[in-house]
Amino acid sequence: MTMLRRFPKDYFILAAVAAALALLPLVFPLSEFQVSVAVFTLYWALLGTAWNIMGGYAGQFSFGHAAYFGLGAYASTVLLINYDLSPWIGMLVGAGLAGVFGLVTGFLTFRYGLKGPYFTLATFAFAEMLRLVSTELEFINTSIGLHIPLTEGDSWSALQFNETPLFFYYAILILMVGGILVNILIANNKLGYYLQAIREDEDAAASLGVNLLRYKTTAVVISAALSALGGSFFVQFFRFIDPSLAFGVSISIEILLRPIVGGMGTIWGPFIGAVFLTPLGEATRSFVRTPPEFLNSIEGRSGVDEMLFGIILILVILYMPDGILGAVQRITQRIKKLS
Amino acid sequence: MPKETRTRYIIFFALLILLVVAGLNWGAIQEWMALKGVVLRQAAVTGILVGSVLSLVAMGLTLIFGVLDIINFAHGALMTVGMYITFVLFDRYGVDPYLSILITVPALFGIGLVVQRLIIHPARNAPAHNQLLLTLGLAILIENFLLIIFTGTPRSIRLDYGRGLTAVGPLTIDFPIRLAGTTITMNKLAAFVFAMVLAVVLFYILQRTDLGKAIRATAQDKEGASLVGINVDRINLITFGLGTACVGAAASLVLPFLFVDPFAGNTFNITAFVIVVLGGMGSIPGALLGGLIVGLTQEMAVVFLPSSTKLLGVFIVFVLVLFFRPDGLFGSKS
Repeated sequence: MTMLRRFPKDYFILAAVAAALALLPLVFPLSEFQVSVAVFTLYWALLGTAWNIMGGYAGQFSFGHAAYFGLGAYASTVLLINYDLSPWIGMLVGAGLAGVFGLVTGFLTFRYGLKGPYFTLATFAFAEMLRLVSTELEFINTSIGLHIPLTEGDSWSALQFNETPLFFYYAILILMVGGILVNILIANNKLGYYLQAIREDEDAAASLGVNLLRYKTTAVVISAALSALGGSFFVQFFRFIDPSLAFGVSISIEILLRPIVGGMGTIWGPFIGAVFLTPLGEATRSFVRTPPEFLNSIEGRSGVDEMLFGIILILVILYMPDGILGAVQRITQRIKKLS
Repeated sequence: MPKETRTRYIIFFALLILLVVAGLNWGAIQEWMALKGVVLRQAAVTGILVGSVLSLVAMGLTLIFGVLDIINFAHGALMTVGMYITFVLFDRYGVDPYLSILITVPALFGIGLVVQRLIIHPARNAPAHNQLLLTLGLAILIENFLLIIFTGTPRSIRLDYGRGLTAVGPLTIDFPIRLAGTTITMNKLAAFVFAMVLAVVLFYILQRTDLGKAIRATAQDKEGASLVGINVDRINLITFGLGTACVGAAASLVLPFLFVDPFAGNTFNITAFVIVVLGGMGSIPGALLGGLIVGLTQEMAVVFLPSSTKLLGVFIVFVLVLFFRPDGLFGSKS
């Protein structure tokens, strides 16, 4: 019994999901387009999982995760270009940098007691300040942005796969599984219980002796570091970064979209949200590129996929406020009651 | 010593030290003023003029926050809708932007009613962050809808009057006005005058009419208001409409001197958040004054900060206010 309690079923689910995802391209060979959709799906799942630790578990609703994402993206890129350092090391440096940024901003905001909408607006302001400052900094090439130098062939140490893009899929799979593992560890640890207590009722948690400042800041630091990993990976895959790609509002929005649609405050919500939204977005984009004849007027117009996300967000909040996972749970409970 | 008094002493001594330092360097300051004086005066004038429009946007936002308790992320997107209405009216039908206020205000009022009824009202009991996400979803929807219709090309309108001698009612004014080395263009002066008039109208509605009384009562205490026979649902509806009507007017006022693209309202949305927090959430006079302060801040920031963007200064002020006076500069610390 104790063995089972030490190993909650989420670990087994994670192992099964990881194995299934690893085998997927071997069983069904994916086209180049499908590989990129799969890469983006797992990449958004990683970022959503990172956001979920702070926004979902701790209830500290962030509208500025682009700050951590962008720090990771720029850290690994600058180290690669200027010092020829492997992006894996750059990734860790970026995670450290984002962690420190999260520590400082988190400590300050919580120290001054910012809660609810005020906290959300503050996270937004920090991300925007980084964006505005980065457009002025010479060593990251101001608003023009940075390119990852072109390489040839595949290299795991340089995280560049020109011949076999499928390796990108395995790289992000490892990162995402790591992110979800961290999430499961937190959820089954004292930290996770404290964070949920804080989310449900801060004053009650504080009266029971939970150190609000310490645990909320811890959640921000972990969340920030994980987001930075996603940022570094993005640049390696996309090969380009500029201030609005790194710190823009749209990144912050996209990061929080998936955990909310999937079900925030749950381990699998961000992943489910990513699996649902990302292929949908990519499919819409390719649909607009070559629409059927009667819809010729929308050919090549940008914005259709984003508009769809806006509509989904509104519908989810109105009709499934606990996301897909919450809705599924409610339906299964109802079926159980009937039988 | 109580914390409040201590803070006051610190501020007092900081100002004193600043004054002494300024006195010791008086010569250098005079030299610098001679160099930067005109730039500073121009920044001050532009800041106040443009700030008045920011006030109008923020008054709408703070009204919605005060009564409905939601942070409206779609405020800027709705303003963009107003800007495109003004643009199309001018471009297609030659309607003067200042005249089109008569169309954008009722149009945005109507859009506000529909949005409130369809999207905001059903979620009135949802947690705060869910309501915030709803307005965010709405903003994404509106912006990208406009992107599909109008594409991302920035558009602007060019008035064929407002330069040289212009008849304004009984007066004839030579635009742009040159005053103490500064330049005041007709566009910005008109925006200022109209924005102030509309602010007074809004203030009058809130202070002197029965509707205004009902709105203020609802903002103070929902249950109490419904107990004395106020239909709170109806007040929520009308307030949201009034709030969006404010951005309708602001949209028509800025178009003569700004470009519009599908995301043009974002900057106004962000700035309005700053103003609302600065002036105290839900406070109309706070929003009015806050708008002028933020207008000044962003123009001054361009003079002092090595940044090509006006927003950085605004954000610095924002974070400082959030930390030190989260209830606004004029709010009581309760």
